[in-house]
Order: sequence, then structure tokens, then C-alpha cells
Amino acid sequence: MNELYRKPASELAQMLRNGEVSSVELTKLFLDRSEKLNPLTNSYLVINRESALEQAANADQMIAAGNTPSALTGVPIAVKDNLTTTDAITTAGSKILENYLPQYDSTVVSKLRAAGMPILGKTNLDEFAMGSSTEFSAFGPSKNPWDLERIPGGSGGGSSSAVSGFLAPIAVGSDTGGSIRFPAAVTGSVGAKPTYGAVSRYGLIALASSLDQVGPVTNDVNDAALLQDIIAGHDPMDSTSLPESLGQMAEFAKNNDVKGLRVGVIKQLASDGFHPGVKARFDESIQLLTDAGAQIVEVDCPSFEYAVSAYYLILPAEASSNLARFDSVRFGKRVLPEGNPTIERVMAATREAGFGPEVKRRIILGTYALSSGYYDAYYGSAQKVRTLIQQDFEKAFAAADVLISPTAPTTAFKFGEKLDDPLAMYLNDIATIPANLAGIPGISVPNGLAENDLPSGLQILAPAMKDGLMYSAAAGIEKLHTDKWGKRMIDFAPELGVN
Amino acid sequence: MSEITPENVRHLASLARILVTEEEVEKLAKELDVIVESVAQVKSAVSEDTVATSHPIPMANVYREDEVKPSLSQSQALSNAPDQADGKFKVNAILDEE
Amino acid sequence: MAKAELMDFDKAIEKFEVVIGLEVHVELNTKTKMFCGCANVFGNEPNTNVCPVCLGLPGALPVVNGKAVESSIAIGLALNCSIAKDGRFARKNYFYPDLSKNFQTSQYDEPIAYEGELDVPVASGKVFTVGIERAHMEEDAGKLTHVGGAGRIQGAEYSLVDFNRAGVPLVEIVTKPIFGAEAEAPELASAYVRQIREIVRAMDVSDARMERGNVRCDANVSLRPRGQEKLGTRTETKNVNSLRSVENAVRYEIQRQAAILESGGTITQETRHWHEDKKYTSAGRPKSDADDYRYFPEPDLVPVQPTDDEIEKIRALLPENPASRRARLQSDWGMSDNEFRDIVNSDLLDEVDATVSLGASPQASKKWWTGEIARIANVEGKEFTELAVTPSDVAELEKMIESGKLNDRLAREALAGVIAGEGSVSEVMNSRGLEVVSDDGALTAAVDKALAEQPDVLEKIKAGKEQAAGAIIGAVMKEMRGQADAARVRELILERAKA
Repeated sequence: MNELYRKPASELAQMLRNGEVSSVELTKLFLDRSEKLNPLTNSYLVINRESALEQAANADQMIAAGNTPSALTGVPIAVKDNLTTTDAITTAGSKILENYLPQYDSTVVSKLRAAGMPILGKTNLDEFAMGSSTEFSAFGPSKNPWDLERIPGGSGGGSSSAVSGFLAPIAVGSDTGGSIRFPAAVTGSVGAKPTYGAVSRYGLIALASSLDQVGPVTNDVNDAALLQDIIAGHDPMDSTSLPESLGQMAEFAKNNDVKGLRVGVIKQLASDGFHPGVKARFDESIQLLTDAGAQIVEVDCPSFEYAVSAYYLILPAEASSNLARFDSVRFGKRVLPEGNPTIERVMAATREAGFGPEVKRRIILGTYALSSGYYDAYYGSAQKVRTLIQQDFEKAFAAADVLISPTAPTTAFKFGEKLDDPLAMYLNDIATIPANLAGIPGISVPNGLAENDLPSGLQILAPAMKDGLMYSAAAGIEKLHTDKWGKRMIDFAPELGVN
Repeated sequence: MSEITPENVRHLASLARILVTEEEVEKLAKELDVIVESVAQVKSAVSEDTVATSHPIPMANVYREDEVKPSLSQSQALSNAPDQADGKFKVNAILDEE
Repeated sequence: MAKAELMDFDKAIEKFEVVIGLEVHVELNTKTKMFCGCANVFGNEPNTNVCPVCLGLPGALPVVNGKAVESSIAIGLALNCSIAKDGRFARKNYFYPDLSKNFQTSQYDEPIAYEGELDVPVASGKVFTVGIERAHMEEDAGKLTHVGGAGRIQGAEYSLVDFNRAGVPLVEIVTKPIFGAEAEAPELASAYVRQIREIVRAMDVSDARMERGNVRCDANVSLRPRGQEKLGTRTETKNVNSLRSVENAVRYEIQRQAAILESGGTITQETRHWHEDKKYTSAGRPKSDADDYRYFPEPDLVPVQPTDDEIEKIRALLPENPASRRARLQSDWGMSDNEFRDIVNSDLLDEVDATVSLGASPQASKKWWTGEIARIANVEGKEFTELAVTPSDVAELEKMIESGKLNDRLAREALAGVIAGEGSVSEVMNSRGLEVVSDDGALTAAVDKALAEQPDVLEKIKAGKEQAAGAIIGAVMKEMRGQADAARVRELILERAKA
């Protein structure tokens, strides 16, 4: 398994600095792989060959001049298609934006460009990031490299399938209720959601403003840490952006010794509803941790019982407002009904044609939750549940340094399995949602094969602003696993396109 | 007793400016009713005294200086406009003709 | 559109008790918009002061203009309000083509200022204490023009949107219901708005030009039969673009509503539109679902928490309140109540004050502004602010008169020239050749000529009837084309006649 494309991004970066390979060569390698394999996985909505090679050439010049603005200069990256890019159509997975070319780069993309990381293309997602399987993308679902008849998770299934299939060495995604972490879990890769506000949301097409966060999608904890270091930081264009840096994640990740680490197991997320295989792998990891000197404690978070309900009130409410701007006036699709329609009718017809069923469902639900007479019972109550969840986390973090749970109740399910039952689909995120509600950081690392020989994930949560602690614990668990397995879990995945 | 009736759905769809067929109205009413029933439990989880959280990480007083920054050019602003005239966005009439 | 039936005003007041409420929107004169760095300027090419934020492009985020917050606090303090120590912005959700996000970022139940009052004097000398419910911050919408259908919304073929104004900071000031104004209600409404204008101009937080929309007023009027406890149904009249219109619109609504109630009808709760040309209100669109704005706290912005220190700093910089300023000026200028009231009622206090500061006498300043300039404004159907004459022009005019270079008649001509845009006072004097001739030689020649032509008048003067000189003065002035000092002419006539 010495192929170049399987190497961690950090190793590729080193090779670039050593002159063993050029950015143009590397970028070309991934572009070729992407073009060849994308018909299988549908990871990308657009592969930006020309632009990526141009950026790679620039990166090579920088490196040659001895100027490497970041730890990953020259390493190509894939970007989830809800982050605006001026050189690529940005659709957010929706027909309503199918021809939309943004007039500005999102802050995260600007940072990637400044870091000298060529952007390979834009990856697929559930429409407006609403979903956990990528089946709600208006452009077809992405497929899981482990089993192409199964979902790669969502909403960021494009990025997760790209990275786990080695169509890109590293990617950036967004996480509102688990959209980075759940795909990571079901594809055997690594996905992190930083503390709310650590990474700028300027240019991230908003879903739920108080829950959204941008984060890394990778095959290694160290890569995730390096990428977070590049994309994080205060942004004056985002009022919710944290004023101070949280430190260097890559430095924290170097400390992978779990001895003495107090690890809290969340009672509500280690029980029924979780598949036996998933649970078994989780228990095995607990044992590994114990054997390595970590202290395991059980923590009780009773308010988590209401987390999914609160989330499916807050998200639709904020989304219904955020998506109101898609009205055919200034950009995006415009549908003109017959006759001499009024602008109201044009707006309604455009949104009918441009939005998919899940988006419509959530907009209507959100409108309901905010409407007069219902606000207190629904949106108002949900925002109070958030307070309870924060309080439960506070108590838990008094007893433990980090908290763990299985990232998701199941492994990857087949396409169509949960489409008819929205509630069942929502439950994929039962373990990941609390972190978004509370604003704390969370990461999913591979946790062994479970049902159907498919990957399961282990989620690590840390207190708000303590992303470093999260990376350190994650690096520790990753090491315990790779020591046990002899290699990374992703290296157990079937080789794509070889059949 | 359903919480969300087809009439509700029609009204909400109109508020949200989304055209819905009668078939969709029926379907949505059923689906949303199930969802609302399930999420309604949040009411019982909280009391009058519980404070709401609207921002996960407490911050306040984030301001910018009152200094002019470059704007988009007119052509940039209109670059994605489905229809335009005289440098402005063009839209269908606002009221039904009487 | 048939005009409504009106009851005689005095009769209406006799039968019904009037309750009015005023909502005034003040456009701040900050350099930039409320939530982005676009310039806050009037009159540029359409859609040239816009950016992703105020255009509502996907991914854009607002950041609060600190100066706008300061100005809003200043307005609140000037209105004797309490300032909120912890308040949030809220989203007011509704769809309209001039609203780039299809929600307005405003304040709902947490206004920056609340519970204040303002003393408003009216012509009779009575002073009303108007209760202020709240003053809150919000942003303006873009500007719609309707094409076809005579420029109005009804019957338009299509509409055009310019977003230059979208995002401009506004402060909305809402009064408590005003009781007991009786027959003075219309005048009180106008006086209140004038007072607000004076305040915000004195603080230099707004240009306060109603004809430019810097200050906008919506007038609420309701009537109840005398003795009835329950308040009547109110109407809200918009498009009231001048102080005169405020007074006229309130008066009209009182008369219209009284006629309806008297005939046994009921008042429809609705928004009405004021027509200044024909002086009537017409029914606007009935409000239906537009009333459910689904307010919720703005998740993209963080709370505004001014400290006591900051508030006191702003309070210390407040200019003198209008009532004390007026008292001081009236006393300094030695004017009677009537004389002073003339100036205030004509809205010319600032102009007269500025003119006096530049050296002209108070009486002369008053004479020019409330006399000739107001007359010209009236004739041309303009607001005096639209005329091209400034306090320094008037001060210069007076200097010329005092130094004998101009007499009153010539000064009026010079003023006309300045207003016609021909330049400054001295430039007009030069180009038009307007100057009192002080050369005695020329004058004497003219006097001699006139005396020779009217020998009978000469005889009368010689006989001691000095009043007869008047006829000669007239002739000389005609000869000199008015450019002579009448007093000197008279002196010369008497001299020469008796010689």
C-alpha cells in the first residue's frame, strides 16, 4: 500500500517540501483518479481541472522560492459545495443554485488559497446540507467506497467518499448536526467539528446559523489537526467568530498518551438503539483505553433524550429563514409560470421547482415552529433545551476530560432504506447532535468494522474551546487502534475501481 | 387529533412562498404531523424559569468601524440576476392586476 | 378614486376623542450601512453601493456598525429613555422583492432604548409630554420602482429594484398612544416630528431631510366616542413626506373616521396611503399573513451590551436639548414669543441661528429667512432646503446692506440671482452689475436732471414742502436703475433744491 495517493496529507506535504514530488504532479494524480472514479462514487459535483493545476503551479513556485505559507502547501484538497468559490459553480446540492457562480470566496476557501492548497473541485452534499445520507442531493447520491450500494453518510457524503476513496487526500466539510462526523464514521475516516466560532462561516451557505461549523475531513487525526490550524481563526466578517485562537491543534495532536486521561462514557449514548456490532467495537475501545491507563467514568446526561427533538425544531426554524433569500430576484433559478404571474407567484413556483422534498419539509416545519402562537411551545422550548444540554455537559466535564460515544447507532445502510421514514433518518444523528446544540467540539475516529463488515466510528467530545484536548485524545485512540490493527482502518477498505 | 392539518400546510406554504399541489399538502400534513408529535416533547422538558440559549458560545459587543469598504461593481452585483434593466434587478409586478 | 366623506373638523373633535400614535423612522448618517461596509450615500448609480451582505447573497453574514449603535443610544438618551444593558437583534421574516434576505434584521422585544418622553410645544404655547414606548435599530430595504401603471404599484407591468439603500441604518421611534390632544392633535403630530428632526440634526446623527426620506413618519389615528372606555380601531397612514403632510394626514383621518362612525359604520384596521397632491388617504393593501413575522433572535449577531461608562460618555456629548436651546436663543435675540414662534414654525431655527453666528443681526436674519426666502420657496413649490441659498449667503447679503453697497431692493435681486444658481452674493453683484452707486457726482447729475424736469416739484421743495422730494427720489432711482441709496438721494435733492 505504498501508492502515493494513500499517503497522509502531512507526508505529502513533507515530500513536496523535500522536492520529491511537485504539486502539479500530485494534483494531476488526484485529478486523474477523481475523473476516473467519480462515476463510481459521485463524490464531486464539479472537478476543476484547469484551475486546480494553475493553483498547483503557483504552489510549486512558492515552494521553489522556499516559501511555504502553511504546513500543507501544495497538497490538493476537495471542498464541500456549500462553501462559495469564485472559480466554480456553487450549488449547495440544490437545483435552485445549479448555475450559480459566486462573486466572492468564502473565508475558508480564501485561507486554503493563501495556504497554497490547490482546490480539486466541489463535493456533493444533501441539498443545503439537510440530510445524513446524501440521498437528498439534487444531483444524485454519493456512494460509499466500502460498498457502492450504501450511503457514505451525509450531508457531507461527497467529501467523505472522496477522502475514503482517495480521490482527494484531504477535504473540508461542514457539520450542523453530524454532517462531518457521521460520514466519517460510516466510511472509516476522520471528521472533526471544531468549537462553534473557531472557523469562519462567512461564505458557508447557511443552514442553521447557530449550529453550523466548518471542519476537516481526512484519513488521519494529524491531518485533521493540521487542516484545522489552516482554516481556523478570527474573521471580522463573521460576528460569531471566536476572538482568540484556540492554539495549534497539530501541537496538541503530538501528545497521544492517554495515561491518566479521564474519559467519560455518556450513559444515554451507549445503550439501546445502537447496533450490537457498533456497541461491541465501542466496548472494545473502552477496554483498550483502560489498558492504556485512561480512567473511565460513566456520565449521565438526561437532557440528551430531548436533543434530537430540540434540533429538529431549531434547525428547520433557522433554515426556513436562511433559505428565504432564494427567491429568483437577485440570483439562482427563476421559474416563470404561464400567463402574467405576480412576483409572489414567481417566487413560489421557483421555490417549488428548485427545492427538494426534504428541504420543503423542513422549511414548512420551521415556519410552523416560529409562527405566532406556536413559538413558545416549539422554538422557544427547544432553545431552552439547549441550556439544559449545556448544563449536562458542564457537569459531565467536571468529572471527565473528554467524553466518548459511538458516533452513530449503525454502520452504513443501503440506499432507500430510510427514505420513507424521516424520523428514522433523523436518528442517525442522535449522538452527534448534542455537540452542535452546545457548541462544543467533536471528532469521529475509525473504530473497527461492525455490521456487514462496515466501518463504525468513535466520537470524542471536549469542552468548548478545548479542541486541542479533543485532538490529543483522538490521536491517542488512533494510535491504540493502529497499534492493534497494524495499519489504519482505511487501509482495510477495498480498492476502488479494481473490479 | 392531528396537530398539523392540510389547511395549516397550505397556510404555511404560502407564508414560506412555496407552491404546493394538493397531493403534496396531504403528504406533508401527514409527515409533519408525525414529526411534530415527536418533537413536541420539548415542551415538557423545560419550565418557565429555564433560560433560552440562542448563542452556544457567549459573546457580546462585536462591532466594526464605520469605515467604507469597497463595494461590488454594478455588473458584479447583477452578474447572477435572472433579469435586469437599467442597472436594476427586474421582477414581475407585485400586485395582481385589478 | 372617489374621495371619502369628511365630517367638519371641529364637529369631529366635539363628538369624538382622538388618540394618535406616531412611528418615526430616522435614517442615520453613518458613513457605512448597518451591517456591512458599503457607503451610506444618496444618489449613486443603482446597485453600486452593494456587497454580498446587503445583497443577501448565499453565505454572507452581518457585522454591526458600532457608530450606528452609538447614534441609537444617543437618540434614546435625547428622548429620556432607559438604555437596554443587554439586547439582541431579531429577524422579522416576510417576503418582498426589496428585501434582499426576505427578512429584516431589526429588534423585537429587546429595543436599545425604551420608556422615555419628550416635551413638545405647540403654537398655542401649550406643551404636551409625549410618551416614548421605544426606539430600536433596524435596516432599510432597497428601493422599488414600478414601471407601467403611472409609476404606482397598481397596474404596473414590472418592477425594478435598486439595493443601494438596502442595509442603511434606521432607528424606529414609537410613541405611546397620545391622549388629550383634542383639536391640537394634527398640530401636535407635526410638532413632534419637527422636534425629532431638530434633535437628530443637533446631534448630527441624521441629515433629517424629510423630502429625502431621512425622516419618515407613519401616523396612527383612532377615534372613540366621548365617554367610551374602549379604544377605537386605528388606521396607520404612510407616505407622509413632510411636516405639513403629517398635520394634514392626521386631520384628514380624524374627519374621515368621524364621518364613518357617525353614520353607523366601522373603521377597517388597515394601512392607508397619504396623497399630498390631492390631500386624502386611500386604503392600502389589507394586511393578511404579513402580520405573522415569526420574530426570533438573530443567530448571526451577538448581544449588544453597552456599559454604564459607554452610555455616560454618549450622554456627555449630547447637545443642548431643543427646549433649552430655544429659550436661550429667544432671549439672546431679544425676540417676542410671536416673532420667535414664526421662526420655529417655519422650521428655520437652524438657518437663522447659523446666519446670526456669521454676523448678521437676528432681526435681519429672521427677515430674510422667514420673509423673502420662504416666499420664494413657496412660489417655486420647494422646501427651503432645496433652494441654493445658505446662511453664509444671507450673512453676506446683510454685510453688503450694512456697508451701503446694497439697498433692500438690490439685495432682493442679488438673492434671486444666488437662488438661481448664478453664484455667491458678490459674484451675482458683479455679473448683474448690482451695486449702490455712491459716487455723488453721478447722483448729483441725476438729481439735477430730475429737478430740471419737474420744475413745479422744485418750487414746492423750495417753498418748504420737503415731502414733495418723494417724486424726485422716484425719478432719480429710476434713472439710476435702483442702484442708489434713497436716503442720500433725498439729502442731495434737498441740498440742490435749496441751493
